[in-house]
Amino acid sequence: MRSFLKSSIATGVLMIAASTAAAGEIWVTNEKDDTVSVIDTETLEVIQTYPTGERPRGITFSKDFSLVYICASDSDAVQVMDPNTGEILHDLPSGEDPEQFVLHPDDTHLYIANEDDAITTVVNTKTHKVVAQIDVGVEPEGMAVSPDGKIAITTSETTNMAHWIDTETQELFANTLVDSRPRHAEFAKDGSEMWVSSEIGGTLTVFDTATQTELAKMSFEVPGVHADRVQPVGFEFGKDDAFAYVALGPSNHIAVVNAQTYAVEDYILVGRRVWHMAFNADKSRLFTTNGVSGDVTVVDVAARKAIKSIKVGRFPWGAAFRP
Amino acid sequence: MRRIICVWLLSLMALPAFAETTLDVGYLRVDVPRPPVLSNLDAIPENNGMAGAQTGLKDNLTTGKFLGQTYTLTVASVPQGDDPLAAAAQMLAETPYLILDAPAPVLLAIADLPQAQGALLFNASAGDVSLRDSDCRANLFHSLPSDAMRTDALAQVLVQKRWTDLVMIAGTFPADIAYADAIRRSLTKFGLRLSAEKTWDADADMRRTASQEIPLFTQDFGDYDALILADELHDFGRYVLYNTWQARPVVGSEGLSAQTWAPVIEQWGAAQLQSRFSDQHSRDMTSLDYAAWAAIRTLGEAVTRTNATDPQTLRDYILSDAFELAGFKGRALTYRAWNGQLRQPIAIAHPRALVAQAPLEGFLHQTNELDSLGLDRPESKCEAFQ
Repeated sequence: MRSFLKSSIATGVLMIAASTAAAGEIWVTNEKDDTVSVIDTETLEVIQTYPTGERPRGITFSKDFSLVYICASDSDAVQVMDPNTGEILHDLPSGEDPEQFVLHPDDTHLYIANEDDAITTVVNTKTHKVVAQIDVGVEPEGMAVSPDGKIAITTSETTNMAHWIDTETQELFANTLVDSRPRHAEFAKDGSEMWVSSEIGGTLTVFDTATQTELAKMSFEVPGVHADRVQPVGFEFGKDDAFAYVALGPSNHIAVVNAQTYAVEDYILVGRRVWHMAFNADKSRLFTTNGVSGDVTVVDVAARKAIKSIKVGRFPWGAAFRP
Repeated sequence: MRRIICVWLLSLMALPAFAETTLDVGYLRVDVPRPPVLSNLDAIPENNGMAGAQTGLKDNLTTGKFLGQTYTLTVASVPQGDDPLAAAAQMLAETPYLILDAPAPVLLAIADLPQAQGALLFNASAGDVSLRDSDCRANLFHSLPSDAMRTDALAQVLVQKRWTDLVMIAGTFPADIAYADAIRRSLTKFGLRLSAEKTWDADADMRRTASQEIPLFTQDFGDYDALILADELHDFGRYVLYNTWQARPVVGSEGLSAQTWAPVIEQWGAAQLQSRFSDQHSRDMTSLDYAAWAAIRTLGEAVTRTNATDPQTLRDYILSDAFELAGFKGRALTYRAWNGQLRQPIAIAHPRALVAQAPLEGFLHQTNELDSLGLDRPESKCEAFQ
């Protein structure tokens, strides 16, 4: 009996080891160092630092992870890097001041928010050509694309809207108001819902994708922190879209939101001015970029606790995972 | 004799399906004589303030085009010697929404015009505490912080740095006197001590250049932690830095200064507003520009959310809990329901960098930390907003 127990514990330990052993990397852009830091998701160490263009912010991988796209905002370019060597292969035309972008499921079209120009630029990554430029509100930032690829979203910070783009025609088909300073957008639940965070409004709005109408709105209360400093910015969905993890900026916390009931269940203390985040392979660990403290917090998702902070460059901004 | 500098009727292409909502805004500048100052280094931009309103108009138009809402801005300037009240009355015949760049007595006279009753006026230029106090008017909002908000912000920094033993040199222009009054009030509020005060009087028997005069002028202050300058016209203050008898920091109108807006603010997305402004106007954004920008954006935000253009609906919305303006200062900006003052964080900066932003951590308030700056509800004698 005892030996059975022992062996089952041993198996359990092995299984945990196996799950975290699915090695991977978190790539973090350092806005004021003009570098990316590469973190090993197993050892939780920075294993590489590569130079980039000026003021790197948005970062994403091609679907096969053979290329990494980086918004070099002050270089007015999207840079394409070989993630195995850190070599910049070429720049894509991006429009001025690209801040964030999203790669279409076709693995070809990048939708880029041009913050200074009130424009969303669509670039073909194969031909390196601009396909379309779409007028949106002032200071576009958040970018999302539906899983079926039919809808792209741009949120504009000063206009306070989510702009709905038909990717067939590259034209707007709806504009929905949200609270002040929308920062980030994500589709959830197979694309049936679209979520937008509002930094100054302090809220997260859920839209029904089919009708573009508001389904729910969440606000946040971090004990001991004034409501003005609780500022939702980046967010990501965990396994099976059961929970959303919402960075709350200068309140230095991540909120855990039940994506079914829209209830805020927990707050996790992380680094200062938490900004964006990415998960490891099995979504058991969450890596948050903390702009002011210049580090990345590793959160144990099941325990809802920070387990480590990793020093990266100055003002870490975007984060992306590759296996 | 009103001289209209220019009239814009900008309506970017709007989606044709909408019924158009249009809000007309007037910007009135009343020119005031500027006394001579010792240095001519700082040219005051010709379009100071108006440029901020134009950037705000552009922001409103971009947003409005998705909602079938459009905005116009009419700018007028009253030369010295002309009657500002006639000009204001003429503008008020066109629109109830005015942004004003004028001294406090003129602001009050405009607010008291029969044509201004029921209008919505924004003071973008006068920091006078009295306008937020017993001289307040129900139709006059303030997008520029009061002098008291700025001096309270500075006092918070002095407390935090434990620079508690202070001396002050004040100029003799009315703006200097008002600023010095605000400083004294703030020092009392935050438990700081002013151990000595001197007046910089240009008529005094001073036979050397200011920079040669300063060491002797500051010698009899003895020891102190920091020297406060009340030199709001930037006359003598620039010559005080690095010329004081004691090696002590200079704060106030020069040196470490509490400001509504400054070119060194880049956090909280401010870099975007700065670059949008400088791309459009080829210069830095001033505090007056910022206040004018905030005023027209306040109207834009209210129209966006209510789809109304009547002053009563917009005024009610602006004073309600639902209103919030994202003003690139890291917090939502709202209006004080007791005196129409736009609540906002205050930058404490030197010419090269932001040093702190008030309210500083630890300065608590029972409802909103921003109300630790300026006249809080119990302090303000304003009754017009009740």
